Amino acid sequence: MNLSNMLAAIPGMSRHNSASVRTEGVWIALILMLIFAGLRYDAFLSEYNIMTFLSYNSMFVLIGLGMCFVIMTGGIDLSVGSVVALSSVVVASVSHLGIEVALPVGILVGVGAGAINAFVITKLKIVPFIATLAMMLGARGLALVISDNQSVPVSWESNFTQFGLGKAFDFLPWPIVTMLVIFAICWVLLEKFSFGRHLLSVGGNEDASKLMGLQVDRTLFSVYIISGALAGVAGVMLASGYGAGQPLEGMGWELSAIAAVVVGGTLLTGGVGSMTATLLGAILLGLIFNILNFENGLGSISFSAYWQSVIRGGFLLVVVVIQAKIINRQTMLKS
Amino acid sequence: MTITTKTAASEADTAANNSVQPILQMRNINKAFSGVSALTDASLTLMPGEVHAIIGQNGAGKSTLIKVLNGAHKLDSGDILYQGNPADFNSPHEAQVAGISTIFQEVNLIGYRSITENICLGYEPTRFGMVNWKKAHAHARSMLARFGLDLAVEKPLQDYNIAIQQLVAIARAVALNAKVVIMDEPTSSLDDKEKEVLFKVIRELQASGVAIVYVSHHLDELFQICDQVTIMRDGHTVAQHAIKDISKLQMVAAMLGRDIADFSDQTSQNAAQQPFSEVLLEVENLAGAGVLCDVSFKLHRGEILGLAGLLGAGRSEVARAIFGLDKERVKGKICVDNQQVSYDQPIDAINSKIGFCSEDRKEDGIIPQLSVRENLTLALMPKIAKNGLINETKEREIVTSFMRSLGIKASSMEQPISQLSGGNQQKVLLARWLATEPRILMLDEPTRGIDVGAKAEIQNLIKSLAKKGMTVLMISSEFEELVDGADRVIVIQAGKSVSEITSENLSENAIVQAVAHEAPRSSLTKGSAA
Repeated sequence: MNLSNMLAAIPGMSRHNSASVRTEGVWIALILMLIFAGLRYDAFLSEYNIMTFLSYNSMFVLIGLGMCFVIMTGGIDLSVGSVVALSSVVVASVSHLGIEVALPVGILVGVGAGAINAFVITKLKIVPFIATLAMMLGARGLALVISDNQSVPVSWESNFTQFGLGKAFDFLPWPIVTMLVIFAICWVLLEKFSFGRHLLSVGGNEDASKLMGLQVDRTLFSVYIISGALAGVAGVMLASGYGAGQPLEGMGWELSAIAAVVVGGTLLTGGVGSMTATLLGAILLGLIFNILNFENGLGSISFSAYWQSVIRGGFLLVVVVIQAKIINRQTMLKS
Repeated sequence: MTITTKTAASEADTAANNSVQPILQMRNINKAFSGVSALTDASLTLMPGEVHAIIGQNGAGKSTLIKVLNGAHKLDSGDILYQGNPADFNSPHEAQVAGISTIFQEVNLIGYRSITENICLGYEPTRFGMVNWKKAHAHARSMLARFGLDLAVEKPLQDYNIAIQQLVAIARAVALNAKVVIMDEPTSSLDDKEKEVLFKVIRELQASGVAIVYVSHHLDELFQICDQVTIMRDGHTVAQHAIKDISKLQMVAAMLGRDIADFSDQTSQNAAQQPFSEVLLEVENLAGAGVLCDVSFKLHRGEILGLAGLLGAGRSEVARAIFGLDKERVKGKICVDNQQVSYDQPIDAINSKIGFCSEDRKEDGIIPQLSVRENLTLALMPKIAKNGLINETKEREIVTSFMRSLGIKASSMEQPISQLSGGNQQKVLLARWLATEPRILMLDEPTRGIDVGAKAEIQNLIKSLAKKGMTVLMISSEFEELVDGADRVIVIQAGKSVSEITSENLSENAIVQAVAHEAPRSSLTKGSAA
């Protein structure tokens, strides 16, 4: 039933950090919703819906994964939504040079923002909340300045839009491929590399980590750069998928990313976390919108965008409460 | 077993004979935290106008006793009589209103508000419903004038140093009509001059009939300021004495739970087969980090050197300084292999093969969320990870071999370390450092808070490591452990290395004499304590 258990059964695929989170709650919610929607809406399990759904949510998965790294160290990155917008605007203006140039540029924009965040946090000793809040405002402003508050059209002559709209082997949309590759890299980085150990250790007990000779600042630096870089990639996806750089997109995305991480069961206090759970969390949150859209399509009830947000908020709360109950019961059983 | 113990009752009788009633009596107080007893039948009798010291080692129950008294903790059983009536405070605030104020180590006032506001907060003089600042300032000034202080009361409190802040806290207590003032380590961040001012204030309070509970680990101070002393150990109040009837040596003995005569003169059995000759680590005139003023010693290859001293003497700070922690705050010379070194951060010390197992397992030892395996190999990553990719086969081999050789009991290497017993956690932390194959291992209280069996195991392990050539610096507050384990002991008193006890003279008695020796001497004198 449980994918993480199934993975664990495959040699070499077992989880290698004990600071993992219990994903049962998300799995149950996800499967129940899939069954419900699959039975209720005819087109729900169609190839078209699945591909569109996953393509669209790739961006949220990416910034969620980045956020997960940050949150595991006990920090937060509020700037990701703005960085997505900034990246999308910048890459749109170089889109005529092709994706080979645009993608590195987009990543660079994100790395730059992440490096500034990291510098302010580790060297100037400003708390992550404030440091990244400043970047959130700054990057948004910069995106608006560069684009003159207009969406920036991309070049359709170059291969740029392929990244957001094309398909690999005429089958799998590129955003999904990108998401899966990046997920795999993040998973390996967390589970198999000493970097993963270090960041969980820093998030779990910073004093002890220092005493053990771990480079705490370097670890923190890396997570904010990763988070920025992934937001940069998401910005490239946005511009190429919509055919324009969008200076006003990405508002509130940082909160969706945090929600995805939290729904996955990662604690905001740091020291624990899971890439799989974050992936599931992001998909779960996207699924609620998808289902509400289908429900509206049936015609009997109509949820406005505002009501959708209310329902999503309520749902988020329910999943988190269920998760907390499961974790509590398990710790009680163990002790 | 212990030195003469007067009970609270007999003390009360004496008081009755003198026809002065105690202002406060705590009788047979019991308090447990989740089943673990913190106070057992603890008693305290406080007379008006008396300065009453409470002393004891770490974990003896001093802070719990204070917190039960001021309402921060609810007692499980026992009575508190305040001014002859049963008292039951639900919070420090209630206690304060009733006249029992607590001055904590960290001053709990509001730094960015003025001195006046800090003194008058909650009962400001008002006029037509508005604060009458003129009157408030005058009131604050007059409170401080009692202590001979003339301050700009309009200025924010944080503009003043800790000593002044503490006095403002006391002034607030007095302004609230305190009958009992509890001071928790009041002199820990004061210099000699500030201490004098504080003592003057305490005498002033005393003269006006206020009773003072004075918690401190600076025993020398007690003779200057206190009238009575209550000694605590393992949650018991083991003895109460008039300060003039007790010596520092007797205090130390009671804190350790021993009779002076009980301190064995038995010298250590570890007389070295051959004298240690090669100096591996040398520390000269180490100073700074708040408490250190002059520490010097040499550590030889293959030797176990003990660092003894009372709580707060600066033992841990020595190890931290060597390890490159608190770098910017420490002065002095550290040599490894006759080369002067200056480690900026722990990784530098680790790279030159020094390990440091810190005193507080929870605070800066374990990573509670991670497993035994992950905790054990964290300092080892450069060795088992190639280009950052962890070699899991090698990791498991190392963990398995250490779990076996140290006898670490866990359901598996994947069990979260927080679920292990204290002794097993300590073994994992030891293994963490042993795996880095250090030349010098510094152990700060390696057996604190673990059960007897595990304790003996760890002590034997340390000895066998030294036999194999490892050099150990062992900090311990248990003198027995030092006599049993160390080849030589350096005694630290108030941040100074005051004496050295060599193996032929090493006995508990020698250590206790050196630790309780009255005036700290400035230079290291060889074998002086014997």
